[in-house]
Amino acid sequence: MDAIFSSIFSAEFVFSVLRVSTPLIFVSLAALVVRNGGVMCIAFEGMMLFSALGAVIGSAFAQNQIVGVLLGLIMGMAIAAIFAYFVLVLNSNGVLTGLALNILGSGGTVFMLYLISGDKGSSTALKSLMIPNINIPIIKNIPILGEIISGHNVLTYVALLTVVFVYLLINKTPLGLRIRSVGENPHAAESVGIKVVKTKFIALMIGGFIASLGGIYMSMGYLPFFTRDMMAGRGFMGIAAQNLGQGLTFPTFIAALLFGSAEALSNIMQSLRLPSELMQMVPYIFTLVGLMLVGGDKNKKASKKEAKNE
Amino acid sequence: MNKVIKIENQFRVIRVALSIAIALAIAFLIISFVSNDPLFTMYNFIIGPFTSINRIGNIIEVMTPLLFTAVGVCIMYSANQINMASEGAFFLGGVATAYIAVTYSIPAGLHPVVAILAGGIVGAFICGIPALMYVKFKALPVVSSLMINYVCLYLGLFIINYIIRDPEAGYMASYKFIKTAVLPDLFSRTNVHFGLIIGLAIVFIGYLYLMKSKWGYSIRMIGKNPNFAKYSGINVPAVIIGCQLLGGFIAGIGGAVEQLGMYTRFQYQKLPGHGFDGVMIAILARYNPKYVPLAAFFLAYIRVGADVMARTSDVPVEIVSIIQAVIIIFVASERFLEGWKLKKIVKSTKEAFVEEEDNAVKEA
Repeated sequence: MDAIFSSIFSAEFVFSVLRVSTPLIFVSLAALVVRNGGVMCIAFEGMMLFSALGAVIGSAFAQNQIVGVLLGLIMGMAIAAIFAYFVLVLNSNGVLTGLALNILGSGGTVFMLYLISGDKGSSTALKSLMIPNINIPIIKNIPILGEIISGHNVLTYVALLTVVFVYLLINKTPLGLRIRSVGENPHAAESVGIKVVKTKFIALMIGGFIASLGGIYMSMGYLPFFTRDMMAGRGFMGIAAQNLGQGLTFPTFIAALLFGSAEALSNIMQSLRLPSELMQMVPYIFTLVGLMLVGGDKNKKASKKEAKNE
Repeated sequence: MNKVIKIENQFRVIRVALSIAIALAIAFLIISFVSNDPLFTMYNFIIGPFTSINRIGNIIEVMTPLLFTAVGVCIMYSANQINMASEGAFFLGGVATAYIAVTYSIPAGLHPVVAILAGGIVGAFICGIPALMYVKFKALPVVSSLMINYVCLYLGLFIINYIIRDPEAGYMASYKFIKTAVLPDLFSRTNVHFGLIIGLAIVFIGYLYLMKSKWGYSIRMIGKNPNFAKYSGINVPAVIIGCQLLGGFIAGIGGAVEQLGMYTRFQYQKLPGHGFDGVMIAILARYNPKYVPLAAFFLAYIRVGADVMARTSDVPVEIVSIIQAVIIIFVASERFLEGWKLKKIVKSTKEAFVEEEDNAVKEA
């Protein structure tokens, strides 16, 4: 027990929380933008898998990180575009389409990986590049704070900036207002001349962009290669974090950090010779509890409203 | 009006058929890009599964567990609950069965029954959780059920690894199932086992329950319009939870039967994916258990074909996922072919209208 506590109350643990939370922050923000646009999208898992693979392929063949990031973004956003076309234009059932794209993400990435590297498990045969870690000058010299904040992957800082970016986008820009109005009441939005399908499409593409960054981080920062099904449900945890944050930017960010700390905790406990299977369950159980908390809250509010009306 | 309904039904069938055709066309396109000898590869993919009794047996073996998960999904999704926990139910149901099959010695006839029931009960419990969370907390079933699948996976692996692991197996697997628990094979030259008969019985009972009984009708009514169901006096939360329990029970039985029929010890290291396959089959069968065997046979055929193809060429089996995804996407899209359908409906109603007028003129 002492070993667990001493490892939790350390700067290293907080550092690892940020490291582990990065993909969750990205995908929960992506889910948030899309949800504000009134679209139920569960295809983030597929987007992230394709972007992670794209990043590896791009950086391995061009030997250039920027090409990797670009190819990752293109592949992730292609999935978002397919989702958008079928759900918005062909009026498909969003949940089933998302499910199909996740199946495509799981099998399709292994298919491509095998054709390119001859291996179905991971991309270690490809010499892909990593996005570097950076030390922030001045801050890195501050004790504790420096150990926590400095030395992260570039994309971790991008994730933190994305929180601010999404907040400004949704709350302070005309586009954000349009996205929210389309999500709240598409008919009212249409009546004042907002193009509903176009706005939802834009929201989905922004979501796809942000989620793809999360996927790229997984294969160019979190790990130095792509492995089969490497998202392990993170796309869905992001949706759950967004639910817990009730569609608001900063609460969603906090929820993503919470899920991230559950994962970091599980990582620590696995190294302490506890049964790793049980410890690996922790983040998922945490997410389930989180899902129950939100719903309960909403029910209370709804019943209060009803009581008032009566 | 009958004509309109007929056309709509026709188009549902056409849409499914065309979705399959598009998916296969895409698969062939990919094969012809990837393979060095596309014609031979495609021959293996299409004809390969039928070239030996062994392979035909393989199709039936692959199909057997899918019958269970697909019927379970038909029942669960008819209430408009996108519950993915059939995957976890299948896995952990199998673990529960393995536990009974390696630890207790029960007389021969009874042993598989007890083991399979244990699998079913565990499965019911697992699929019940997302429904309970939805009814009580409005938690989205897709998200909660997928999280539950991971919990099932690690819980199952824990039980195998720490409670019933056979240290002499050489890899992570349970002890061998006691002989009395194992399901007998049906034919001597294949591994097709008694589970096939149980599966077909489940399909039949599932069809009667969902399409021909009062309970099935109330499930489908909730799926179509929960408010209407509520105002016609149906206890919506109770039915939702009940049908998820039932669907999970069937998926759990599927996991149990697969273990006792196909394996001598529990040896899964990850989720086998049969629950997710069940979703695709149920969608193809339009949530009607009657069509499940056909759809399950189709997927099993594609699976075995891809397997034969992967052994003889450089196209990996994961091409099946691509086919599956394309089929689901097209079947799920409402407006795909809708223009054509509307034109046909307008044309037929016009004709009917003209006919009626003609009749009226004649009578006058």
